[in-house]
Amino acid sequence: MEPPTESGRFGDFGGRFVPESLVPACLELEQAFNVAWNDPSFRHELDDLLKHYAGRPTPVTECRQLSDQLGIRLLLKREDLNHTGSHKINNVLGQALLAKRMGKRRFIAETGAGQHGVASATAAALLGLECVVYMGEVDVKRQELNVFRMKLLGAEVISVTSGARTLKDAINDALRDWVASVESTYYCIGSVVGPHPYPFMVRQFQRVIGDEARVQCQEYLNGEDPDIVVACVGGGSNAAGTFAGFADARSRLVGVEPSGGAANGKGVAGIVHGMRSNFLQDESGQIEEAHSISAGLDYPGVGPEHAYLAAIGRATYESVNDAEVLLAFQRLCATEGILPALEPAHALAWILRACETGEIPRGSTVMMTLSGRGDKDVAEIMEILN
Amino acid sequence: MSDRTIGPLERPLRAVRDSGRKLIVPYVTGGLDDNWIDVVHALAEAGANAIEVGIPFSDPVMDGPIIQAASVRALERGTTPQSVISELAGLDVGVPIAVMTYTNLIAHAGYHRMAQSLAAANIAGAILPDLPLDEAAEWMAEASAATIDAVQLVAPTTPDERLVRICEASKGFVYAVGLLGVTGERTEVASSALVIARRCQLVTDLPVLVGVGVSNAEQAVTICEEADGVVVGSALIRRLLDGAGPEGAADFISEIRLALDQRWPAGE
Ligand SMILES: Cc1ncc(COP(=O)(O)O)c(C=O)c1O
Repeated sequence: MEPPTESGRFGDFGGRFVPESLVPACLELEQAFNVAWNDPSFRHELDDLLKHYAGRPTPVTECRQLSDQLGIRLLLKREDLNHTGSHKINNVLGQALLAKRMGKRRFIAETGAGQHGVASATAAALLGLECVVYMGEVDVKRQELNVFRMKLLGAEVISVTSGARTLKDAINDALRDWVASVESTYYCIGSVVGPHPYPFMVRQFQRVIGDEARVQCQEYLNGEDPDIVVACVGGGSNAAGTFAGFADARSRLVGVEPSGGAANGKGVAGIVHGMRSNFLQDESGQIEEAHSISAGLDYPGVGPEHAYLAAIGRATYESVNDAEVLLAFQRLCATEGILPALEPAHALAWILRACETGEIPRGSTVMMTLSGRGDKDVAEIMEILN
Repeated sequence: MSDRTIGPLERPLRAVRDSGRKLIVPYVTGGLDDNWIDVVHALAEAGANAIEVGIPFSDPVMDGPIIQAASVRALERGTTPQSVISELAGLDVGVPIAVMTYTNLIAHAGYHRMAQSLAAANIAGAILPDLPLDEAAEWMAEASAATIDAVQLVAPTTPDERLVRICEASKGFVYAVGLLGVTGERTEVASSALVIARRCQLVTDLPVLVGVGVSNAEQAVTICEEADGVVVGSALIRRLLDGAGPEGAADFISEIRLALDQRWPAGE
């Protein structure tokens, strides 16, 4: 995938639609990121943390039982095996190192499911930064365990009571904090969203998923790339990182959104959270709430690069409903002994459906990013299933 | 500054400024209550030099809790961009009206269509706090073609060279954000408010108004030592949320008007 234009555009999408107070900070961040990304000592420091702290490279696992049942070869990129339990740590370690380099001591983040918040609190503890995490009040309740984890890690968790009290509103309040604190504070966005350079920067920090997986898949597939590469899409960071490794392969790229938050599937172009992208909106342009079983995908927008990949047809975006997700979740537990987070269970749910309908032909090779582990969701699922 | 045309928001503001008086521009959220249009009338009678009408948006990132609450209330009443614009259409309160909203609502309608419908409603200006200069060219062109003054904002973090470019591009007045932060009441005037006003005055002949955090008459006077005027938002909206109504709103703005006029009477 190409870098964005100088104004942060992927085609018609992206840009830097922020209050004037933040424009200089975005420019400074863009510059700092570009210098760091091209600096071997920064990359070495990051790679070292990814290897010895986060536990990379993560393996690719072939699902033997499920593959047999579905008549395909299903490979999972195991981001659930990262330290803190999801792919979020890849991005956060990069941004936390960058914050230190830029001399910012206060590190703020938004979180939905709490995975990005936990990863941020973790990196802040490791690198000696002060951490504040904004989380919608609804998510604070449904992800209690992660809230407690963040506090144990020394972060302050601020419960956001504006709007629908979920991820979108947490981003709003984090942006409001940053408008007031920009001189001393680094805003660590958790997905490929926000003003330029965030969508590009976060994709670059996450591309380790796809770059590793490309090579690992080839080991399984006699040097071939998988026919289909699948990832779930909230803001789209695990998907963007995955797709980056396969963009120049012949693989079909599929992003899976929740049916109640399908910004690429059902949204229209708009300008929110610093970017021009697709958003769920009403007829006059008010942003609508996303609803799904997984807090991490409850976002009414999507990263601008995904809006672009959809527009040019390089990736397609499908959606699944909560019931399909629950079945997929249970099926992976029972057949492979892997307890996925509800977010990547969306990706699996689409695979299960597409195998049934024949959209994925028998004999296909499919690589799916398992973006996180499901421990955080067990209490919620127990309630639903009982 | 030679070949620029003077727009419908700038003309009256400039005239007052040139007469030696200071400018006061109150902000009211469109559709806040049934009587919000009465509030607009009352503010004009109380001596406002222009009125900023907020078109409420679901995700107002430049706004603090008070204007957020007002936006929620207005949206819950069924307020839409179209309803605010229709209610303003044909209104003549003797001073210009500028709308303040977020880019998505303008972009959703389409820059061209929105500029035309604002102009058709006799609206003089528009303020979009999340559309910085670098992204504003298309909107500025459409606004200009429709004779809408597209006001640009500067912030305490804006570097000098950029400040010059923003002031050159701005229409109507220059909106100087007085502090680093979102809208809301503050107990004291931030020193950054005076600094940013002074920096703008050095590079532009447009009226320079300081907004964000201006909370009472005393603060308005302090700020106007450097600025040509003030925008007063949250302090007024809090009163309206508390039920002050058109009269209470007028009383509050009259107080500021009086304080400014005592310190800077006309003709000095
Ligand atoms: C495990 C997991 N996967 C996916 C996501 C969605 O984010 P993104 O689309 O940026 O990968 C989250 C967000 O919280 C998550 O925790």
